[in-house]
Amino acid sequence: MISGTIGAALDASWRPVLAPAVVAITAMAVMLVGSRLGEEDSEGLGWLTFSGLALAALCAFAAVGRHAPAFAGALIVDDYTAFFYCLIAVCAAMVVLLSLDYVPALELPSTEYYALLLSATVGMMLLAAAGDLIIIFLGLETMSISVYVMAAIARRDPRSSEAGLKYFLLGAFSTGFLLYGIALLYGATGSIKLEAISRALQSSALAASPLVLLGLAMMLIGFGFKVAAVPFHAWTPDAYEGAPTPVTALMAVGVKSAAFAGFLRLLLVYLPALHAQWGGALWVLAALTMSVGNLVALAQNNVKRMLAYSAIAHAGYILVGMTAAGGAAGAAVLYYLLGYAFANLGAFAVLVAVERVEQPGTTLADLGGLAKGQPMLAAAMALFMLSLMGLPPLAGFVGKFYVFSAALQAGYVWLVVLAALNSVISTYYYARVIVAMYVNEGAERKLRARRPGLSVALAVAIAATIIIGVDPRPYVEMAAGAYASAAGIARSGVRAAFLAH
Amino acid sequence: MATWFPIAVIIGFAAFVVGAMVSANRILGPRRPSPVKGQAFECGNPPSGSAWARFSVRFYLIAILFLVFDVEVVLLYPWAVAIRRFGTVGLVDAGIFVAVLMVALIYAVRRGALDPD
Repeated sequence: MISGTIGAALDASWRPVLAPAVVAITAMAVMLVGSRLGEEDSEGLGWLTFSGLALAALCAFAAVGRHAPAFAGALIVDDYTAFFYCLIAVCAAMVVLLSLDYVPALELPSTEYYALLLSATVGMMLLAAAGDLIIIFLGLETMSISVYVMAAIARRDPRSSEAGLKYFLLGAFSTGFLLYGIALLYGATGSIKLEAISRALQSSALAASPLVLLGLAMMLIGFGFKVAAVPFHAWTPDAYEGAPTPVTALMAVGVKSAAFAGFLRLLLVYLPALHAQWGGALWVLAALTMSVGNLVALAQNNVKRMLAYSAIAHAGYILVGMTAAGGAAGAAVLYYLLGYAFANLGAFAVLVAVERVEQPGTTLADLGGLAKGQPMLAAAMALFMLSLMGLPPLAGFVGKFYVFSAALQAGYVWLVVLAALNSVISTYYYARVIVAMYVNEGAERKLRARRPGLSVALAVAIAATIIIGVDPRPYVEMAAGAYASAAGIARSGVRAAFLAH
Repeated sequence: MATWFPIAVIIGFAAFVVGAMVSANRILGPRRPSPVKGQAFECGNPPSGSAWARFSVRFYLIAILFLVFDVEVVLLYPWAVAIRRFGTVGLVDAGIFVAVLMVALIYAVRRGALDPD
C-alpha cells in the first residue's frame, strides 16, 4: 500500500519536476562525494556535475508536450518550462566544461563550487517554472544566493570578494523590492497564484488600483536588478569583472535567461491586462539599458567588463521585445536568448582559455596577437563577437531581426530605430576585440594546457552559433511552441505572426 | 489623486513609526550617566579587557549548523501536530526534507566543522 501511495505521488506530481530534482540530487551527491575526496579530485566532481546536468536536460526534453500544473499550480510545467529547463541545464553544463581546468588552476574549493553551481541551477529552473509569486521569489533567491557565493569563491583574490559583496548587497536590496511588490500584489488581488491574479486583474477597477500599480512597479525594479537593466545595473560590471570567469559566464547566461524566463512569463502571459502600465515603463528601461550599456562598453579595455556592458545592452534588446508584448515578441525573445546564450558562453570559453596562469588578466592587450599564436581560438572569438554584433547569418542577427520586427509590428517604431542605432554603436567595441587579436602585436604568453572539456564547450558554442543562425526554422518552431504553450494560445497563431515578416 | 491617498498614508505611517521608535527613547528616558553605568555589564564582576576581543571563526560555523536544525524543527513541529492528516505521503515528504538537511550536516562534519581545535 505504501509503495502504491508513493507510486501515485510520483506519477501525479513528481514527474514534472524531475529535471530540477535530478539537479538537486546531483548537488547532494557532489557534497557527499566531495567531502570524502581531496581537492585534487576536482575534475571527477566536475564530470559528476556534468552528467547530472545532462540527465536533467534529457528529463526536461522528455517532458516536452506535457502540460500540467504541479503542486497545486505552484509550478507550471509546459513547453515553455521545458525549453528553459533545457537551456539552463545546457548552459550550466557548458559552465562545468569551462570550470574543469579553471577550478584546480585557481585552487577554488571544488566541492563547494560544483554544489553551488547545481543549487543555482535548481533555482533557475524553479524560476522558469514558477506558477505563483512565492516560487518566483524562492527560485530567484536560491539562484542568487548561490551565485553571490560563487562570485566570491576565489578567496585569495580581493577582486572576487569585492564582486561577491557588491553583488550580494545590491542583490539583497533588490530582493526587498521584489518581495514588497509581491506582498502588495497579493494584498490587492488576494492570491499568490499567477493564474488567479491574472483573472482578478480582468476587472478594470482593480487593474487601476494604486496597490496593484505600486506592486507592479516594485516587481519591475526587483526583476530589473536581476536582468541588469539600467538604472539598476550598477553592480554588473564589478561583479562580472571580479568573479572567476566561468562564474561570470554563468551570471551572463544562466542567471539572465532564468530571470527573463520568470519576468517574461509574469508580464506577457499573466499581466497583459496591465500592458498599458508596464509597457511604458519597459519602453524607458529598454531605451536606457540599450543606450547606456552600449555607450559605456565603448570605453572598456577589460574584455570581461566589456562583456558585462554588452550583456546589459543585450538585456535592453530583450526588453524591446518584451515592451512589444504579444505572441510574436514572446517567441522572438526566447529565440534571442538561445543565440545570446551560446555566443556569450563561447566568448567566455575563449577568455578562460586565454587567461594566463600567473596573473589572470583579460584586457584587450592580453588578447593582442592571439591570431598568430592561437588561430583557432582567435577565429572562434571573432565568430562570437560577430554574432553578438548581429551580423548575418549568425544567431545574433536572426534573433535581433525577429525581436525588432516584432516590436515594429506592434508599432514601436522609435524604440526600434533606437535599437538599430545602438546595434551600430556596438559594432565598434566588438570589432575592437577582433582588431586586437588580428592586427595588434601581443606579448609572449604562457597558456595553461587546454583540456578536452574546454575544446568541447568551444566546439558546441561555435556549432550552435552558426547552426541556429543559418537554419533558424527548427529553433523558431521550438521558441514559438514554447511560448504558445505558456500563453495558452495556438502554436500556429504564434508561428504565423512570427514568420509573417 | 484620491486613490493614491492610502499609499501616501502607508508611507507616512511607516516613516512615523520608525521615527517614533528611534526618538521616543531619547525623549522619554531620563539620562543621568555615571562612570559605573557606562561600564560593560559582566554579571556583576568588574569588566576586564576590551569588548572588541577577537572571536574564533568557529562560532560562525556552529551558528550556521544551529540554523540547519532550527529550520528543521520549524517545519517538523507543525508537521508532527498534523501527522495523521498528511498520512504516508507526508511521512515520505518529511523524510526527504530531513535527508536533505542530513546531507548538509554530514558535509559539515566531514569537513571538520565540529572538530575541537
